[in-house]
Amino acid sequence: MELLQETRWSPYLVGAGIGILSWFTFLLSKKPIGCSTAFARTSGMIAKLFGRRNVETSLYYQEVPPVIDWEWMLVVGIIIGSLISALLSGDFHWQWVPERWAAAFGTAPVPRVIVALIGGIFLGFGARWTGGCTSGHGISGTLQLAVSSWISAICFFIGGIAAAFFIFHVIA
Amino acid sequence: MNPHTASGKNGTNRGQLIAGLVFGIIFGFLLQKGGATKYDVIIGQLLLQDNTVVKIMLSAVVTGMIGVFLLKNMGWTKLTIKPGSVGMSVIGGLLFGIGFAVLGYCPGTIAGAVGNGYLDASVGGLIGIIAGAGLFAALYPRLKGGILKKGDFGTKTLPEVLRVPDWAVVAPAVILILALLYWLESAGV
Repeated sequence: MELLQETRWSPYLVGAGIGILSWFTFLLSKKPIGCSTAFARTSGMIAKLFGRRNVETSLYYQEVPPVIDWEWMLVVGIIIGSLISALLSGDFHWQWVPERWAAAFGTAPVPRVIVALIGGIFLGFGARWTGGCTSGHGISGTLQLAVSSWISAICFFIGGIAAAFFIFHVIA
Repeated sequence: MNPHTASGKNGTNRGQLIAGLVFGIIFGFLLQKGGATKYDVIIGQLLLQDNTVVKIMLSAVVTGMIGVFLLKNMGWTKLTIKPGSVGMSVIGGLLFGIGFAVLGYCPGTIAGAVGNGYLDASVGGLIGIIAGAGLFAALYPRLKGGILKKGDFGTKTLPEVLRVPDWAVVAPAVILILALLYWLESAGV
Protein backbone atom coordinates (compact mmCIF):
# COMPACT_ATOMS: atom_id res chain seq x y z
CA MET A 1 0.00 0.00 0.00
CA GLU A 2 2.85 2.39 0.83
CA LEU A 3 4.27 1.94 -2.65
CA LEU A 4 0.96 3.06 -4.16
CA GLN A 5 1.07 6.24 -2.07
CA GLU A 6 4.52 7.29 -3.23
CA THR A 7 4.61 10.33 -5.51
CA ARG A 8 7.22 9.00 -7.91
CA TRP A 9 8.42 5.56 -8.87
CA SER A 10 11.69 4.73 -10.55
CA PRO A 11 11.35 5.23 -14.33
CA TYR A 12 12.68 1.69 -14.79
CA LEU A 13 9.91 0.23 -12.62
CA VAL A 14 7.31 2.27 -14.51
CA GLY A 15 8.77 1.28 -17.89
CA ALA A 16 8.95 -2.41 -16.98
CA GLY A 17 5.34 -2.18 -15.78
CA ILE A 18 4.25 -0.69 -19.13
CA GLY A 19 6.20 -3.41 -20.96
CA ILE A 20 4.48 -6.17 -18.95
CA LEU A 21 1.13 -4.44 -19.50
CA SER A 22 1.76 -4.68 -23.24
CA TRP A 23 2.22 -8.48 -22.95
CA PHE A 24 -1.31 -8.64 -21.60
CA THR A 25 -2.82 -6.30 -24.20
CA PHE A 26 -1.33 -8.54 -26.91
CA LEU A 27 -2.39 -11.74 -25.15
CA LEU A 28 -5.91 -10.78 -24.07
CA SER A 29 -6.96 -8.14 -26.59
CA LYS A 30 -4.60 -8.85 -29.52
CA LYS A 31 -3.80 -5.15 -29.53
CA PRO A 32 -0.81 -2.93 -28.90
CA ILE A 33 -1.18 0.07 -26.59
CA GLY A 34 -1.92 3.22 -28.60
CA CYS A 35 -3.76 6.48 -28.02
CA SER A 36 -3.99 8.85 -30.96
CA THR A 37 -6.62 7.04 -33.07
CA ALA A 38 -9.07 7.66 -30.20
CA PHE A 39 -8.72 11.41 -30.79
CA ALA A 40 -9.45 10.95 -34.50
CA ARG A 41 -12.58 8.96 -33.67
CA THR A 42 -13.61 11.70 -31.23
CA SER A 43 -13.20 14.36 -33.93
CA GLY A 44 -15.65 12.38 -36.07
CA MET A 45 -18.11 12.01 -33.19
CA ILE A 46 -18.02 15.77 -32.57
CA ALA A 47 -18.48 16.52 -36.27
CA LYS A 48 -21.55 14.25 -36.24
CA LEU A 49 -22.84 15.95 -33.10
CA PHE A 50 -22.76 19.27 -34.94
CA GLY A 51 -24.82 17.75 -37.73
CA ARG A 52 -22.09 17.39 -40.30
CA ARG A 53 -23.74 14.99 -42.76
CA ASN A 54 -20.59 14.17 -44.69
CA VAL A 55 -18.99 12.31 -41.76
CA GLU A 56 -20.45 8.94 -42.83
CA THR A 57 -19.20 9.35 -46.38
CA SER A 58 -15.83 10.87 -45.51
CA LEU A 59 -12.96 8.69 -46.72
CA TYR A 60 -11.10 9.02 -43.43
CA TYR A 61 -14.04 8.18 -41.17
CA GLN A 62 -14.86 5.17 -43.34
CA GLU A 63 -11.41 3.85 -42.45
CA VAL A 64 -11.51 5.14 -38.86
CA PRO A 65 -15.21 5.03 -37.88
CA PRO A 66 -16.25 7.53 -35.18
CA VAL A 67 -17.14 4.84 -32.63
CA ILE A 68 -16.12 3.98 -29.09
CA ASP A 69 -13.68 1.07 -29.25
CA TRP A 70 -11.02 -0.64 -27.10
CA GLU A 71 -8.47 2.13 -27.62
CA TRP A 72 -11.00 4.89 -26.86
CA MET A 73 -11.73 3.19 -23.54
CA LEU A 74 -7.99 2.86 -22.93
CA VAL A 75 -7.65 6.66 -23.15
CA VAL A 76 -10.58 7.13 -20.73
CA GLY A 77 -8.84 4.64 -18.45
CA ILE A 78 -5.61 6.68 -18.54
CA ILE A 79 -7.48 9.71 -17.14
CA ILE A 80 -8.93 7.58 -14.31
CA GLY A 81 -5.67 5.75 -13.57
CA SER A 82 -3.68 8.97 -13.40
CA LEU A 83 -6.34 10.52 -11.14
CA ILE A 84 -6.22 7.51 -8.78
CA SER A 85 -2.42 7.60 -8.65
CA ALA A 86 -2.35 11.37 -8.02
CA LEU A 87 -5.04 11.21 -5.32
CA LEU A 88 -3.30 8.32 -3.50
CA SER A 89 -0.01 10.22 -3.33
CA GLY A 90 -1.49 13.69 -2.77
CA ASP A 91 0.00 14.82 -6.09
CA PHE A 92 -3.36 15.91 -7.53
CA HIS A 93 -3.81 19.65 -7.92
CA TRP A 94 -5.61 21.99 -10.28
CA GLN A 95 -3.03 23.91 -12.28
CA TRP A 96 -3.28 26.22 -15.29
CA VAL A 97 0.39 26.99 -15.87
CA PRO A 98 3.26 24.49 -15.38
CA GLU A 99 6.34 25.72 -13.46
CA ARG A 100 8.79 25.64 -16.35
CA TRP A 101 6.41 27.60 -18.54
CA ALA A 102 5.80 30.12 -15.76
CA ALA A 103 9.53 30.64 -15.23
CA ALA A 104 10.04 31.47 -18.92
CA PHE A 105 6.77 33.11 -19.97
CA GLY A 106 4.93 34.15 -16.80
CA THR A 107 1.99 32.86 -14.81
CA ALA A 108 -0.91 34.14 -16.99
CA PRO A 109 -3.15 31.21 -18.02
CA VAL A 110 -4.39 32.60 -21.35
CA PRO A 111 -1.07 32.55 -23.29
CA ARG A 112 -0.32 29.05 -22.00
CA VAL A 113 -3.74 27.73 -23.01
CA ILE A 114 -3.50 29.28 -26.49
CA VAL A 115 -0.04 27.78 -27.04
CA ALA A 116 -1.28 24.41 -25.71
CA LEU A 117 -4.15 24.59 -28.20
CA ILE A 118 -1.76 25.31 -31.10
CA GLY A 119 0.61 22.55 -29.94
CA GLY A 120 -2.33 20.18 -29.72
CA ILE A 121 -3.32 20.91 -33.32
CA PHE A 122 0.20 20.05 -34.53
CA LEU A 123 0.24 16.95 -32.33
CA GLY A 124 -3.15 15.63 -33.46
CA PHE A 125 -2.44 16.43 -37.10
CA GLY A 126 1.07 14.92 -36.99
CA ALA A 127 -0.07 11.80 -35.12
CA ARG A 128 -2.66 11.02 -37.79
CA TRP A 129 -0.20 11.86 -40.59
CA THR A 130 2.36 9.37 -39.30
CA GLY A 131 -0.29 6.91 -38.06
CA GLY A 132 0.63 6.80 -34.36
CA CYS A 133 1.95 8.59 -31.30
CA THR A 134 4.52 8.22 -28.53
CA SER A 135 2.62 5.12 -27.33
CA GLY A 136 1.53 3.49 -30.60
CA HIS A 137 4.78 4.09 -32.49
CA GLY A 138 7.17 5.11 -29.68
CA ILE A 139 6.59 2.12 -27.40
CA SER A 140 4.32 -0.48 -29.05
CA GLY A 141 5.71 -0.17 -32.57
CA THR A 142 9.38 -0.03 -31.61
CA LEU A 143 9.05 -3.04 -29.29
CA GLN A 144 7.69 -5.01 -32.25
CA LEU A 145 10.68 -3.77 -34.29
CA ALA A 146 8.43 -2.06 -36.86
CA VAL A 147 10.44 -0.02 -39.39
CA SER A 148 7.73 2.66 -39.60
CA SER A 149 7.69 3.06 -35.82
CA TRP A 150 11.45 3.40 -35.35
CA ILE A 151 11.56 6.11 -38.04
CA SER A 152 8.50 7.88 -36.59
CA ALA A 153 9.80 7.72 -33.02
CA ILE A 154 13.20 9.12 -34.00
CA CYS A 155 11.45 11.94 -35.89
CA PHE A 156 9.23 12.67 -32.84
CA PHE A 157 12.36 13.39 -30.82
CA ILE A 158 14.22 15.26 -33.59
CA GLY A 159 11.22 17.56 -34.08
CA GLY A 160 10.54 17.78 -30.35
CA ILE A 161 14.11 18.57 -29.29
CA ALA A 162 14.51 21.18 -32.06
CA ALA A 163 11.21 22.87 -31.17
CA ALA A 164 11.88 22.78 -27.40
CA PHE A 165 15.34 24.35 -27.87
CA PHE A 166 13.78 27.04 -30.09
CA ILE A 167 11.04 27.78 -27.54
CA PHE A 168 13.23 27.82 -24.42
CA HIS A 169 16.57 29.04 -25.78
CA VAL A 170 15.58 31.37 -28.64
CA ILE A 171 12.12 32.78 -27.84
CA ALA A 172 12.37 32.76 -24.03
CA MET B 1 -5.35 -3.29 -44.49
CA ASN B 2 -6.47 -0.02 -43.11
CA PRO B 3 -3.44 2.25 -42.64
CA HIS B 4 -4.69 4.11 -39.60
CA THR B 5 -6.14 1.34 -37.50
CA ALA B 6 -3.66 -1.45 -37.81
CA SER B 7 -5.61 -3.23 -35.10
CA GLY B 8 -8.75 -3.38 -37.24
CA LYS B 9 -12.38 -3.10 -36.24
CA ASN B 10 -12.52 -5.71 -33.49
CA GLY B 11 -12.68 -4.32 -30.02
CA THR B 12 -16.13 -2.78 -29.86
CA ASN B 13 -17.76 -5.63 -27.94
CA ARG B 14 -18.46 -5.08 -24.24
CA GLY B 15 -15.73 -7.41 -22.94
CA GLN B 16 -13.04 -5.68 -24.97
CA LEU B 17 -14.33 -2.22 -23.99
CA ILE B 18 -13.97 -3.16 -20.32
CA ALA B 19 -10.55 -4.71 -20.99
CA GLY B 20 -9.46 -1.49 -22.69
CA LEU B 21 -10.65 0.56 -19.72
CA VAL B 22 -8.79 -1.64 -17.22
CA PHE B 23 -5.57 -1.60 -19.28
CA GLY B 24 -5.94 2.18 -19.54
CA ILE B 25 -6.34 2.61 -15.78
CA ILE B 26 -3.11 0.67 -15.17
CA PHE B 27 -1.32 2.58 -17.96
CA GLY B 28 -2.47 5.95 -16.60
CA PHE B 29 -1.50 4.95 -13.05
CA LEU B 30 2.01 4.04 -14.24
CA LEU B 31 2.40 7.20 -16.35
CA GLN B 32 1.46 9.37 -13.36
CA LYS B 33 3.82 7.50 -11.02
CA GLY B 34 6.60 7.99 -13.57
CA GLY B 35 6.01 11.74 -13.77
CA ALA B 36 5.16 11.49 -17.48
CA THR B 37 1.86 13.32 -16.98
CA LYS B 38 3.82 16.50 -16.21
CA TYR B 39 4.73 19.26 -18.68
CA ASP B 40 7.94 20.00 -16.76
CA VAL B 41 9.17 16.40 -17.08
CA ILE B 42 8.40 16.17 -20.82
CA ILE B 43 9.96 19.55 -21.61
CA GLY B 44 12.95 18.59 -19.42
CA GLN B 45 13.39 15.55 -21.66
CA LEU B 46 13.15 17.51 -24.91
CA LEU B 47 15.68 20.06 -23.53
CA LEU B 48 17.93 17.06 -22.73
CA GLN B 49 18.06 17.97 -19.03
CA ASP B 50 16.02 15.09 -17.56
CA ASN B 51 15.92 11.64 -19.16
CA THR B 52 12.91 10.31 -17.27
CA VAL B 53 10.76 9.92 -20.39
CA VAL B 54 13.47 8.12 -22.37
CA LYS B 55 14.19 5.82 -19.39
CA ILE B 56 10.50 4.91 -19.13
CA MET B 57 10.16 4.35 -22.88
CA LEU B 58 13.32 2.28 -23.29
CA SER B 59 12.61 0.03 -20.30
CA ALA B 60 9.06 -0.48 -21.60
CA VAL B 61 10.45 -1.36 -25.03
CA VAL B 62 12.99 -3.87 -23.65
CA THR B 63 10.48 -5.57 -21.35
CA GLY B 64 7.69 -5.53 -23.90
CA MET B 65 9.89 -6.74 -26.76
CA ILE B 66 11.09 -9.88 -24.98
CA GLY B 67 7.58 -10.85 -23.89
CA VAL B 68 5.78 -10.04 -27.11
CA PHE B 69 8.26 -11.96 -29.28
CA LEU B 70 7.99 -14.93 -26.86
CA LEU B 71 4.18 -14.76 -27.19
CA LYS B 72 4.59 -14.62 -30.95
CA ASN B 73 6.90 -17.68 -30.90
CA MET B 74 4.32 -19.60 -28.86
CA GLY B 75 1.68 -18.68 -31.43
CA TRP B 76 -0.35 -16.85 -28.80
CA THR B 77 -0.36 -13.46 -30.53
CA LYS B 78 0.47 -11.84 -33.83
CA LEU B 79 2.44 -8.67 -34.35
CA THR B 80 0.47 -5.57 -35.34
CA ILE B 81 2.79 -3.56 -37.55
CA LYS B 82 1.77 -0.08 -38.70
CA PRO B 83 2.55 0.90 -42.29
CA GLY B 84 4.92 3.73 -43.07
CA SER B 85 6.62 5.68 -45.81
CA VAL B 86 9.16 8.49 -46.00
CA GLY B 87 6.34 10.97 -46.67
CA MET B 88 4.24 9.59 -43.86
CA SER B 89 6.73 8.73 -41.12
CA VAL B 90 9.30 11.53 -41.52
CA ILE B 91 6.99 14.47 -42.22
CA GLY B 92 4.29 13.28 -39.81
CA GLY B 93 6.89 12.44 -37.18
CA LEU B 94 8.47 15.90 -37.35
CA LEU B 95 5.06 17.65 -37.22
CA PHE B 96 4.19 15.50 -34.21
CA GLY B 97 7.53 16.40 -32.60
CA ILE B 98 6.83 20.13 -32.95
CA GLY B 99 3.43 19.62 -31.34
CA PHE B 100 5.04 17.49 -28.62
CA ALA B 101 7.30 20.41 -27.60
CA VAL B 102 4.75 23.21 -28.06
CA LEU B 103 2.07 21.38 -26.08
CA GLY B 104 4.41 19.58 -23.68
CA TYR B 105 2.24 16.46 -23.58
CA CYS B 106 1.55 13.64 -26.06
CA PRO B 107 -1.81 11.98 -26.83
CA GLY B 108 -1.38 9.40 -24.05
CA THR B 109 0.21 11.58 -21.39
CA ILE B 110 -2.30 14.40 -21.97
CA ALA B 111 -5.05 12.06 -20.80
CA GLY B 112 -2.92 11.46 -17.73
CA ALA B 113 -2.38 15.22 -17.34
CA VAL B 114 -6.16 15.73 -17.39
CA GLY B 115 -6.47 13.20 -14.56
CA ASN B 116 -3.68 14.97 -12.69
CA GLY B 117 -5.70 18.22 -12.73
CA TYR B 118 -3.69 20.14 -15.32
CA LEU B 119 -6.05 22.59 -16.97
CA ASP B 120 -3.74 23.65 -19.82
CA ALA B 121 -4.10 20.03 -20.93
CA SER B 122 -7.85 19.66 -20.52
CA VAL B 123 -8.88 23.12 -21.76
CA GLY B 124 -6.23 23.83 -24.42
CA GLY B 125 -4.37 20.74 -25.50
CA LEU B 126 -7.19 18.23 -25.66
CA ILE B 127 -9.28 20.47 -27.92
CA GLY B 128 -6.23 21.11 -30.09
CA ILE B 129 -5.47 17.41 -30.58
CA ILE B 130 -9.07 16.62 -31.55
CA ALA B 131 -9.10 19.62 -33.93
CA GLY B 132 -5.76 18.56 -35.45
CA ALA B 133 -7.01 15.01 -35.98
CA GLY B 134 -10.20 16.40 -37.58
CA LEU B 135 -8.17 18.67 -39.85
CA PHE B 136 -6.15 15.66 -41.00
CA ALA B 137 -9.35 13.71 -41.67
CA ALA B 138 -10.58 16.58 -43.87
CA LEU B 139 -7.33 16.70 -45.86
CA TYR B 140 -6.89 12.91 -45.99
CA PRO B 141 -8.45 12.33 -49.46
CA ARG B 142 -5.90 14.78 -50.95
CA LEU B 143 -2.94 13.27 -49.09
CA LYS B 144 -3.70 9.55 -49.26
CA GLY B 145 -2.51 8.72 -52.75
CA GLY B 146 0.16 11.43 -52.85
CA ILE B 147 2.61 12.42 -50.16
CA LEU B 148 1.63 9.61 -47.76
CA LYS B 149 2.71 7.06 -50.38
CA LYS B 150 6.10 8.65 -51.16
CA GLY B 151 8.90 6.21 -50.36
CA ASP B 152 6.51 3.54 -49.10
CA PHE B 153 8.01 0.76 -46.99
CA GLY B 154 4.79 -0.95 -45.98
CA THR B 155 4.31 -2.97 -42.80
CA LYS B 156 7.81 -4.41 -42.49
CA THR B 157 9.73 -5.25 -39.33
CA LEU B 158 13.50 -4.88 -39.01
CA PRO B 159 14.05 -8.69 -39.02
CA GLU B 160 12.01 -8.90 -42.26
CA VAL B 161 14.03 -6.13 -43.89
CA LEU B 162 17.32 -7.71 -42.79
CA ARG B 163 16.02 -11.22 -43.69
CA VAL B 164 17.09 -12.68 -40.36
CA PRO B 165 15.18 -14.50 -37.58
CA ASP B 166 13.39 -12.23 -35.06
CA TRP B 167 15.75 -13.07 -32.21
CA ALA B 168 18.79 -12.05 -34.29
CA VAL B 169 17.47 -8.49 -33.95
CA VAL B 170 15.71 -8.75 -30.57
CA ALA B 171 18.85 -9.94 -28.72
CA PRO B 172 21.20 -7.18 -29.92
CA ALA B 173 18.42 -4.56 -29.56
CA VAL B 174 17.89 -5.59 -25.91
CA ILE B 175 21.65 -5.47 -25.22
CA LEU B 176 22.04 -2.07 -26.92
CA ILE B 177 19.10 -0.54 -25.04
CA LEU B 178 20.31 -1.92 -21.70
CA ALA B 179 23.80 -0.57 -22.43
CA LEU B 180 22.32 2.84 -23.27
CA LEU B 181 20.28 2.86 -20.03
CA TYR B 182 23.38 1.81 -18.04
CA TRP B 183 25.36 4.61 -19.66
CA LEU B 184 22.64 7.20 -18.95
CA GLU B 185 22.51 6.07 -15.32
CA SER B 186 26.27 5.99 -14.76
CA ALA B 187 26.66 9.40 -16.46
CA GLY B 188 24.11 10.66 -13.94
CA VAL B 189 21.78 12.09 -16.56
